[in-house]
Amino acid sequence: MTLQSVNTNGIAAYLDNVTKHYQMGAQIVRALRGITISFKEGSFWAILGPSGSGKSTMLNLLGCLDRPTSGQYLLSGQDVSVLDDNQLSEMRLRHLGFIFQSFNLIPQSTVEENIQLPLYYQGWDPEKSAERARLLARMVGLEERLNHRPMELSGGQQQRVAVARALANDPAILLADEPTGNLDSSTGQEIMNLLIDLNRQGKTIIMVTHEQYLAEYANHHLYMKDGKIERIEGKRV
Amino acid sequence: MIFNKYVREINLGVKNLLLHKLRSFLTMLGVVFGVGSVIAMLAVGEGASKEALDRIRKLGSLNIIINAAKPIEEETATNMRVFMSMYGLLYDDEKRIAESFPSVRKTVPAKVVRKEGRLGDRVMELRVVGTTPDWFELVKRSLVAGRELVRSDITNRKNVVVLTEHGTRKLLATRNTIGEKLRLGGFYFEVVGIIQNAGSVGGDVQTPDEEIDAYIPLVVAQERFGDIFLKRVSGSETRERVELHQIIVEVESTDQVESTATGIETMLKRFHKKTDYRISVPLALLRQAEATKRTFNIVLGSIAGISLLVGGIGIMNIMLASVTERTREIGIRRAIGAKKQQIIIQFLIETVVLSTTGGLIGIGIGLLIPWLITLLAGMPTVVSWFSLILSLGISMGVGIIFGIYPAIRASNLDPIVALRHE
Repeated sequence: MTLQSVNTNGIAAYLDNVTKHYQMGAQIVRALRGITISFKEGSFWAILGPSGSGKSTMLNLLGCLDRPTSGQYLLSGQDVSVLDDNQLSEMRLRHLGFIFQSFNLIPQSTVEENIQLPLYYQGWDPEKSAERARLLARMVGLEERLNHRPMELSGGQQQRVAVARALANDPAILLADEPTGNLDSSTGQEIMNLLIDLNRQGKTIIMVTHEQYLAEYANHHLYMKDGKIERIEGKRV
Repeated sequence: MIFNKYVREINLGVKNLLLHKLRSFLTMLGVVFGVGSVIAMLAVGEGASKEALDRIRKLGSLNIIINAAKPIEEETATNMRVFMSMYGLLYDDEKRIAESFPSVRKTVPAKVVRKEGRLGDRVMELRVVGTTPDWFELVKRSLVAGRELVRSDITNRKNVVVLTEHGTRKLLATRNTIGEKLRLGGFYFEVVGIIQNAGSVGGDVQTPDEEIDAYIPLVVAQERFGDIFLKRVSGSETRERVELHQIIVEVESTDQVESTATGIETMLKRFHKKTDYRISVPLALLRQAEATKRTFNIVLGSIAGISLLVGGIGIMNIMLASVTERTREIGIRRAIGAKKQQIIIQFLIETVVLSTTGGLIGIGIGLLIPWLITLLAGMPTVVSWFSLILSLGISMGVGIIFGIYPAIRASNLDPIVALRHE
């Protein structure tokens, strides 16, 4: 399939025969061996698979943290595989939001500053950016904690800050890497509810997990094995 | 302005540095002491050399000063009582110098006599200089009261005297003394003026009017007091015949000073059998003093360079550690969309803030120390604006130079690897 024949309309991300090889010492690790898949706008995907199946590599590629060895990756109509480091940063800044397993908030910054981080790099006016941070904090229920540091918050609260931060730039896709992995089941549940809410509001979400029960929240399942797509399951919504 | 553009980055940098106050403070100490000691040392050195240079400038950079000097062989011969030593500059020397060198603008002869001076009831031994009005043009000092010697004093051979401040103090004279009679070695002189003289501050360069008490016309000195002096040295009595003790020569321009001095030396050699004169060239002394100062500055500069280098390495070391420590943070920032360049700027601004703050504290110390030295030891110190601006610039430069490597290292971290860093 060639680039021209792809209709990007309604498609948030599209991978076309993507491979990713790593040089590990003298060995070449084939982490992804030809992945072709499209993620529709407004869909909620769960990527599942055992360790070493290529889930993380896939997420890194989708997150523009890495470039494919071969194949094409279209994000918001842009071919990512040809971009340089600066342009990849720009893609992440404008079109992507990350939620990590270990929250990854900047410890010395306040909640407000953490939420503002993408806006800071986009060069927003400080006042407008603070206003948006307050709005997002209210949305995740943390408007009382704006001036707290991450260490002063519980794990669930920290992850909600991370969600607010991921939404600050109004991304095309929200990428979540085991978002409840470091949380107990009830706070994990809260985060999942938050994600479902966001999805209902039309946000495209791609989540990596190895928990089958978490995958049930998603409406599409992508099972990976040995760097290939094992099977795709769609759930009736 | 650049500052406005980076004001948020600077804020962020300051905040990060304040997270580790002690560490940041210790890190900047190298720059603090480097800058502080350099400014302080330069201020002390500048103060000392300014004093020396001022003294030399007072001698006049266009002047050549020829002094009578007793030859060494005669110093030993003075033990023979009957001996009369004859040495020094001759009236003819002055004439010859004035006539044979086209580069010479003026020559001023001076004869120094020691005479007892009596003003009212006060009696003091005075150092009196017989000279011509030109003296006051070559050794410019401001007049306190009255007038200097003038041509008519010479042509009319008037018994007039101009006192220096030094002499005024000795005789307890005041402005009102002008018009009164001063008895000098048995003759009455009318006091016509009081003039300033260079204070004796010590040091190896003697200004021509140091420790002079009074000026009288040369012809008068010659007629009244003659050329023969009696000198009593530890009980023995010697007689000396000296026509002129000093000739000051002024040339047309600075580039003629040295060649004229050489010419004068050659000429004096021909007419004097012994070396009973000494030629000093203030310009040469000035150049020498300036060269010494330059050497001094180079030495100081090297010390400064080394201490700032050490300070810079200290900063780099800490920043490298900080980059490792904050790998995760760098990964987060990169994942969110920070460009490499933005990471570089973030870390670079931290080092520059660190080193510039160090530089500013150093400047504070560098200002305090000379002030204390002047206050406590009474030594003159000169803090130059140039040294302040230079050291501030250098400390910023140190921040940039030693910050660039850690910053680049931070920016080159792979975001995927950095995010996984514990």
